[in-house]
Amino acid sequence: MVDKQTITEVKVDELVDKAVLMKGQGYRLVQISCTFKDRFEITYSFDKDYELEHFRIYGERDEEILSISQVFFSAFLYENEMKDLFGVKIKDIAIDYQGGLYRVAQKTPFAPQKEEEEEAEHV
Amino acid sequence: MSKRSIVPFGPQHPVLPEPIHLDLVLEDEKVVEAIPSIGFVHRGLEKLVEKKEFTEYVYVAERICGICSFMHGMGYCQAVENIMDIKVPDRAEYLRTLWAELSRIHSHLMWLGLLADAFGFESLFMHCWRLREQILDIFETTTGGRVIFSVCKIGGVRKDIDKDTLKGIVTILDKMQKELKELTDVFIEDYSVQHRLVGVGVLTKQEAHDVGAVGPMMRASGIAQDMRMLGYAAYKYLDFEPVVENDGDCYARTLVRIREIYQSMNLIRQCVEKMPEGEIEEKFKGMPQGERYERLEQPRGEVIYYVKANGTKFLDRVRVRTPTFTNVPALLKVLQGCELADVPMMVLTIDPCISCTER
Repeated sequence: MVDKQTITEVKVDELVDKAVLMKGQGYRLVQISCTFKDRFEITYSFDKDYELEHFRIYGERDEEILSISQVFFSAFLYENEMKDLFGVKIKDIAIDYQGGLYRVAQKTPFAPQKEEEEEAEHV
Repeated sequence: MSKRSIVPFGPQHPVLPEPIHLDLVLEDEKVVEAIPSIGFVHRGLEKLVEKKEFTEYVYVAERICGICSFMHGMGYCQAVENIMDIKVPDRAEYLRTLWAELSRIHSHLMWLGLLADAFGFESLFMHCWRLREQILDIFETTTGGRVIFSVCKIGGVRKDIDKDTLKGIVTILDKMQKELKELTDVFIEDYSVQHRLVGVGVLTKQEAHDVGAVGPMMRASGIAQDMRMLGYAAYKYLDFEPVVENDGDCYARTLVRIREIYQSMNLIRQCVEKMPEGEIEEKFKGMPQGERYERLEQPRGEVIYYVKANGTKFLDRVRVRTPTFTNVPALLKVLQGCELADVPMMVLTIDPCISCTER
């Protein structure tokens, strides 16, 4: 039987508190993933005894979010990845590569292009 | 106070088959900090999902890595199957498990060889890879391919294995197990091997949990977590327990992988014994709609496939969180305070797969 997966939405400014809570309850950070359509959605997944808990935040393109790497050190790689590939603005990352984790030819290749960038390409 | 210096390690280094770079901050010969740098060959395979139909993307997923290629395809297929509520036939589940466990043996034998090579035991390296060849031969016999064999598809598998071949696989493994015992005895008992591994790169149970270590790296630190226990594929029908060691050093990580090779052989025997007759593929119609996080146990640890589908033939997003990616913080932890000469051992004992990391 396929297990049911639920994703709980949290507000951007509640994220770090939620991370502290999960750490206190003995959860392990297993992944952070980002998807970008009209706005970004970032999902934080935690595991305890094979049970996954997912929390999701939604934010606008230029919205700044706070890093959880001060709570879960391993978050720094996921956060740098989101910064490099999607252009998500994340502040206070434990090790911040300033957009240099991946040596990609195109800046933020996974993010949809802004209208002015698309126009510039067509000129 | 000792003078601090920074030594670059990689991206080209004898123990690294693939590029990763570490800036090692040293005080005399002691590492006080390590800053990793990846992304030399990032391929953006996740982005390709926008241009490949969801049925075709299996081929892309398989090409993320040449070592656990089969399990990448399997992880992706399972995620889509669970979204679409496709019931894969039991025989296909057993066949998937069999190929997955063969992949684990092949990966661990390759790693043992690389480890032996890194500490200068050339003949041990060659014998490990000689044994590994037999597993590649089984892949070739059963699928036609030795590295990427494309037998996994959404709904099941492409090829069946007949009874005689299944018996033949067990015979090969029985014979191989005797030779393997001679090899693993050297890893376990040899003084010079122990000298390089025992007490080196210790990661405590608490540290392993805090930095989010996975796979043998986590289990060697006393945490009994193995995603196969979730019961995906045919694992729900098989009898096994996670392999755990408690010392958390390079030697413990080696022991975990050695014991996992024997465990995989045992799982394959169980698969052959219990494999039911029947179909190997479930035909399906329609397009996937929804999202799913799928977890599997690859040779290097837990891999997570995230698939988000929108009801069309093109998916919105595929995201692969690979075990090496999440073991990098654990590597940084064990490097702190180690001797410069031990750095190659520690880098190797996370069994780094940069190909996966640079998906």
